[in-house]
Amino acid sequence: MKDGREHFHQELHKLNDLILKMGAMVEKAIYNSVDALKKNNPKIAGEVIAADDQVDQLELTVDDLCLELLATQQPMAVDLRFITTGMRIGSDLERIGDLAVDIAQRAVELSTQPLLKPLEDIPKMAELAEKMVHKALDSFVKRDAALARSLWADEEKADGYRDLVTDELTAIIARDASTTARALPLILIARHLERIADHATNIAEDVVYMAEGKVIKHGPRQV
Amino acid sequence: MSIIETNKLNLWYGTFQALIDVNLAVAQNKITALIGPSGCGKSTLLRVFNRMNDLIEGVRLAGSVKVRGAEILGDGTDLIALRKKVGMVFQRPNPFPLSIYENVVYALRIHGIRDKQKLDAAAEKALSSVLLWDELKDNLGANALTLSLEQQQRLCIARLLAVTPEVVLMDEPCSTLDPLATMRIEELMIELKKRYSIVIVTHNMQQAARISDDCGYMLLGELVELGETKRIFTAPRDQRTEDYITGRFG
Repeated sequence: MKDGREHFHQELHKLNDLILKMGAMVEKAIYNSVDALKKNNPKIAGEVIAADDQVDQLELTVDDLCLELLATQQPMAVDLRFITTGMRIGSDLERIGDLAVDIAQRAVELSTQPLLKPLEDIPKMAELAEKMVHKALDSFVKRDAALARSLWADEEKADGYRDLVTDELTAIIARDASTTARALPLILIARHLERIADHATNIAEDVVYMAEGKVIKHGPRQV
Repeated sequence: MSIIETNKLNLWYGTFQALIDVNLAVAQNKITALIGPSGCGKSTLLRVFNRMNDLIEGVRLAGSVKVRGAEILGDGTDLIALRKKVGMVFQRPNPFPLSIYENVVYALRIHGIRDKQKLDAAAEKALSSVLLWDELKDNLGANALTLSLEQQQRLCIARLLAVTPEVVLMDEPCSTLDPLATMRIEELMIELKKRYSIVIVTHNMQQAARISDDCGYMLLGELVELGETKRIFTAPRDQRTEDYITGRFG
């Protein structure tokens, strides 16, 4: 059957592509920010910080397109949910980009002194957070609520990593307060990564709403 | 680039002033929509662009209207040439009580084309442009009045396109059509703007929002605001436009 609103639906594809582009950029930012930390390389961190402007610009573009479509196209049902979800995902991705910048800034701070201990859990946590963002966007593209729901377990894992890193570093500070300056940025990085996981989970919640029309925020979760 | 430009355009029906100092630019290959309450002057303005108001007694005009840079308000304007260049589609489809084929080639015959091959080619091209060719190619001899309203409206558009206009004026072209037929005509308009410049007058504000690139709001004979449709419907500059599009008018 011929698409009765072909031009409008082309605009929705455009929105989809913009969000995926933004997603690819923030995934790269997460990877590079932790890579900068692992390699003790402030140059990589600087690149992450510089690239964030593009993510910010894309968020504005997404917002602008969503507003235009809402104001002019009278979207209904799944199209309406797609556009409102797209707006929220744009905002979550922008925050994820900011958190990658926060990590990069911590990497710059830490680059002037030797690492307190070899990195173990933070790289694993970064890998998990990056995977969560990827999976959330994949569920968005596929309109796959089941895939979105698989992020609930990942989020708990991310919380677990954050607790592990925080407890370990707090114990080191307690034993020797002179380590604080080197331990605190790592605690903050774990916190930033946990926040990234939270934003990925927000995206997944929005995808469930988009796919099924059910609001699951702030309520009990069914996997 | 503007294909139509008005400068301080004023129009009176007898002593009643229907257009007041209208400055408007119609961009090429875009859809420009004119919205506003009944009696605001939008259809009057549309009819100025191909001098249809000349047919009304007591009409007086002042100011300037240029089509492709050439003034059209003067006495020396060749109205047949102007109406070939700037065609109009009306609210109710108005096919002639002739065959589908004769409707499409009617104006070409008026313009002196007799060659059957040329007429056939023009008919196929025009009917294809409005997506009627496949539906009707085996039935071109049927009376146009037997078609559905939507097909009749498409046919009227095809009849216009057959004389290769540059501007297509549309006065409420979907007001007699159901929502699905409306949607299909809207899609057609978006396709047509690749080759023509379109000015549409509509009471249906949502339609203006959906399909136009630029939108003008008229009130009491004035063009209150003209701008990119997206801006008009998200951040209009004039409070009167805001009041109208948010339903706070009157």
